[in-house]
Amino acid sequence: MSQESPSALRHRVGDLVFFNLTRFFAVVTLLLLAGIIVSLIHGALPAIDKFGLSFLWTAEWNPPMDRFGALIPIYGTLATSLVALVIAVPVSFGIALFLTELAPPWLRRPLGIAIELLAGIPSIVYGMWGLLVFAPIFAEYVQPALASTVGKVPLLGALFQGAPMGIGILSAGIILAVMTIPFIASVMRDVFEITPPMLKESAYALGSTTWEVVWNVVLPYTKIGVVGGIMLGLGRALGETMAVTFLIGNMNFFNGISLFLPGNSIASALANEFAEAESEIYTASLIELGLILFVITLIVLTLSKILLNRLSAQEGTSS
Amino acid sequence: MSSNLARVRKIKNQLALTVSLTAMMFGLFWLIWILATTIQLGVGGFSLTLFTEMTPPPGSDTGGLANAIVGSLLLIVLATLVGTPMGVLAGIYLAEYGRHTWLGKTTRFVNDLLLSAPSIIVGLFIYEIYVAKVGHFSAFAGVAALALIVIPVVIRTTENMLQLIPDTLREAAYALGAPKWLVIGKITLRASIAGVMTGVLLAVARISGETAPLLFTALSNQFWTLDLNAPIASLPVTIFKFAMSPFKDWQQLAWAGVFLITLGVLSLNILARILFRRRDQ
Repeated sequence: MSQESPSALRHRVGDLVFFNLTRFFAVVTLLLLAGIIVSLIHGALPAIDKFGLSFLWTAEWNPPMDRFGALIPIYGTLATSLVALVIAVPVSFGIALFLTELAPPWLRRPLGIAIELLAGIPSIVYGMWGLLVFAPIFAEYVQPALASTVGKVPLLGALFQGAPMGIGILSAGIILAVMTIPFIASVMRDVFEITPPMLKESAYALGSTTWEVVWNVVLPYTKIGVVGGIMLGLGRALGETMAVTFLIGNMNFFNGISLFLPGNSIASALANEFAEAESEIYTASLIELGLILFVITLIVLTLSKILLNRLSAQEGTSS
Repeated sequence: MSSNLARVRKIKNQLALTVSLTAMMFGLFWLIWILATTIQLGVGGFSLTLFTEMTPPPGSDTGGLANAIVGSLLLIVLATLVGTPMGVLAGIYLAEYGRHTWLGKTTRFVNDLLLSAPSIIVGLFIYEIYVAKVGHFSAFAGVAALALIVIPVVIRTTENMLQLIPDTLREAAYALGAPKWLVIGKITLRASIAGVMTGVLLAVARISGETAPLLFTALSNQFWTLDLNAPIASLPVTIFKFAMSPFKDWQQLAWAGVFLITLGVLSLNILARILFRRRDQ
């Protein structure tokens, strides 16, 4: 030790400091997640104490009477996200198929970037555009058309009834779909690309059509990743705030299952009401909503991560 | 019989490929529609007063977005300055020290969750730990919320970019007797600086449009201020307020703001891609 030259000592100290500095910030990131959960639980305590578990299935949201339940926002969050997935999943699949198998190579990059730009457009832009441009057109042409066609089908028709207002769960879900397409499509494209060319070429050599190769070879090989991508899109859709706030209508009553009706989502309830919440129990109830949203998205995103990791692990061993 | 089957398979294939093409068009259709209306309505509200005048009270004929634009720039610059070093250092840990450690793996996983977690929750978190304690909304809180969104993006890209550097380069530097911190600082980080910058640009693009985390941290302000301890106006929150209002002149200003943000965010996205011509996932 005593014979160490000054520069060697400097290097050892430098190494120690630098290592601990970088590790410190890694730990900070880790603690951030725990910190968010703890602080949300702490903030929600008054509401948890007062309403208990029944908060989850109470449909009343009544600030003047200080009575709160999460059912309406939870329903709105799930309903808009499901509408978004029903549209986004097949479209994203089509886009990924187009980008990996169909498009000429020189077109793949620009088209891929164009789709990714959809993810770059800020949420607030989708919201304002959706409210002022999309909703009026949707109310005038699309909703009446839906009501007079799908609306007549038994059972399914119940989802497409009522006055065409332009805003509501359906239009929020559609804009949400456009916003989640780039996420799902880019994961699908990436996992499709890891299918070993050998497998695909073998199928082509046996005389398969492009569709048969994708449906019978690529999709089974990558299905874990595809589901992971869908979960990622779902995670994004659940927590999306501004676009939904503009379009969902912010209605805290349950009037029926029609998707034309306005509703409320957890994120938009927070965006609209939090800064104005006066009483302690009102604030705490909103924070509890946030906690519920955070827990749901964490579960969905964790599943997505596990599935995608499993695909890349499998890729590492099988080739 | 067999030629019949071949025909069915061919038709099925044609059908699937047509649907795939339609899906592609569907995606592009929205992009073009949104960009077209944003440009059309945004340019209409564009004028010099946008940058010189403050946000107006309802019903006045003039007014601009000057305080909101400056507020946004201030928040973005400060949040980037705070978040970037933290993200880069944590990213270095993940790529250089913690590749196979428990801490490294867990942090990587958690960081990916934070990357996709709802941004409004970040606002709620800062409200809980800072705004509620000091009792008032402030630009500081807004900067903190945005910085927390910058960090995961920068961590992710820094880690990915450092991993692209071949180990032989590191080993060559070690062989010359360089200590690890010098190897990282002078060799690996320098070799991947373009990639790290891409991450920073993407993070800036991401926070430029963020509204939700600012709603209960920086709030908004109708007046000019550079006081970081007071509520401050920002472009996204102002757009939110103005777009929801029934006043035509406010909506007009909101469109101009939307045009500015979209232009800024999309150019940052494209710039990031030009800077680093490689798919970053």
